[in-house]
Amino acid sequence: MSTSLQRGIASFIGQIDAPMASFFTSCVHCGLCADACLFYTETQDPKYTPIHKLEPLRRVWQQEYTFWGKLMKKAGLSKPVTDEELAEWEPLVYDSCTLCGRCSLACPVGNDIVYMVRKMREGMVASGHAPEGLKGATQRAVELGSPMGVNINTLRAQIKHAEKETGLTVPLDVEGADYMLVLSSAEVADYPEVISAVTRIFQQAGVSWTIASDGFEGTNSGIQIGSSDLAAELLGRIVRAAERLKVKYVISPECGHAYTALRWEGPNLIGRPYPFEVVHIIELLDQLRSEGRLKTEGMDETRMTFHDPCQMVRRGGVVEQPRNLMHMVAPNFVEMPDAGVQNWCCGGGGGVSANHRAEPVRLQVFSRKKAQLDAIDVKTIVTSCSNCRTMLMDGLEHNHMPHEVVGLTELVAAHLADDKGGNTP
Amino acid sequence: MDQELLLWVRGAGLQIATAVFVLGMSYRMLHLLMLGRKKSLAAARGSEWAGGLRTMWRRSFVLPELSPRGRFTVVSGYLFHIGFFVTFFFLSQHIALLRAVLGFGWPALPRGVIDIAAVLSLAAMIALLAHRLVDPVKRLLSDFQDYLTWTLSFLPLLTGFMLLREIGFEYVTLLTLHIASVELLLVAAPFTKLAHMFSTFIARWYSGAANGFKGIDA
Repeated sequence: MSTSLQRGIASFIGQIDAPMASFFTSCVHCGLCADACLFYTETQDPKYTPIHKLEPLRRVWQQEYTFWGKLMKKAGLSKPVTDEELAEWEPLVYDSCTLCGRCSLACPVGNDIVYMVRKMREGMVASGHAPEGLKGATQRAVELGSPMGVNINTLRAQIKHAEKETGLTVPLDVEGADYMLVLSSAEVADYPEVISAVTRIFQQAGVSWTIASDGFEGTNSGIQIGSSDLAAELLGRIVRAAERLKVKYVISPECGHAYTALRWEGPNLIGRPYPFEVVHIIELLDQLRSEGRLKTEGMDETRMTFHDPCQMVRRGGVVEQPRNLMHMVAPNFVEMPDAGVQNWCCGGGGGVSANHRAEPVRLQVFSRKKAQLDAIDVKTIVTSCSNCRTMLMDGLEHNHMPHEVVGLTELVAAHLADDKGGNTP
Repeated sequence: MDQELLLWVRGAGLQIATAVFVLGMSYRMLHLLMLGRKKSLAAARGSEWAGGLRTMWRRSFVLPELSPRGRFTVVSGYLFHIGFFVTFFFLSQHIALLRAVLGFGWPALPRGVIDIAAVLSLAAMIALLAHRLVDPVKRLLSDFQDYLTWTLSFLPLLTGFMLLREIGFEYVTLLTLHIASVELLLVAAPFTKLAHMFSTFIARWYSGAANGFKGIDA
């Protein structure tokens, strides 16, 4: 057995806790999770059944933690997990799972299947079976500070641009601010208009905020590849910056896994609770709305819908807030079938978008999103995750669909009341 | 089949099987729970217990939209489980036995109802087995245990129904076979996926607790 395989198996064994054991014990192989997974529904290939993606991990559990499994192992009758098998499973665990968590809601015995996939990835990384694309993204994040190679100079350039556009100052490294805004690389690189939007909204609402030059990148490839060590390293930068600037709140960007990393996994990764609170930008905007500090004027009559980012909605519990904001400015807002916690993934979450090998299957399963969109006939799709946004545009392009994709924060900012600065897009 | 075998099966045999079931299942569940989990250090948005209890209850009834193959599984699954529980808990002979052990009982259902429940349950099981053999997803997932536990669950229902109707063999033989098949089920349950009869509720609790913690109504 190779050392990397040994490391992987040891990691699998270490991942098994009471929830995992109860999940594996309870699975009766009913196959209902298949219907919840877009990789199965859109391909009808049984290998994409969510629980099947965990087969090597299940066998390790059986061989190490159950009476018969241990007996069979002693008798030499059990099938050990091999490097070849893990290599075969790599595309199932990474390319065809976006960690969207829809299967976890479908399981009749209550198995949180995506919790197990997330844990299985820890063993996959340890054994050297992670996709090159995701390895590269994680390496860039650790070495350069961002999976897309965005650095502080890129951010400074975007800030300068936003300041020119809005006529306002974008606060950088302001100690004692209430809120520290974190961004995703995709926002800095591809959707910098969000910086102007947030600046104008916060100006109107009177929010005391800052961006940290040493902790602005929220994208956490460590979570996606399944390496808690690297995830902790990336997250630690944000935590240290927030502590240095003594902020009360850290704002998670419009990025699904950044929210999961910051809000839910973060304190566990660094091994202690935060001295600050984490809010999603959409949560904060809705709070400002309910406090009467966020005021909009005018309506966008375009027929539009909202695409729920899995990590913010199904796995994050921020469900009503984006809808409250939509209703402020979009009288012709319509919901897709299965909207809310049952929404279908864009197809590129959980590291799939960084994994080039996964592109064909990702575009194939976009047919589910296409069907959802075909059912409602809208012009514009609003979302609140920069990765969803890119994946939606990619899928729409691939299918020659004319929809426009907009970020929710920018949509709200475009209708800001009494806005003195800048042009509305 | 002779009376002596029946006496052993319904006496010492049943006691041993029950003891294995109770002790084995307790050990299995305790062993599982003792693996523990790391308490989350993140700030909770909701209650773990409220979410856990809600999912323990609700996951029996609320299922997402299903495909035809999913609907088939759910309907047959319900029929099998309900039929199994109705015949087990509401046949007068079973209640009499349970009363002797527990010291209390409850009203039985009429024989006609039990007959219908047993037949539906058996039919559902056969349908589920057939589906397991032909459905590509289930066929891929299935292993030896799936067929073993199917057999172990099917035999008590089948022999019980034959016993009530006195089909095939004489009374003593059928009674011996019926009790023996129940004993096999009891002895195997803690060590196979039949343990899901208890672990399901633990799984649902953990799953629901994780959602409850995050304030997700699921």
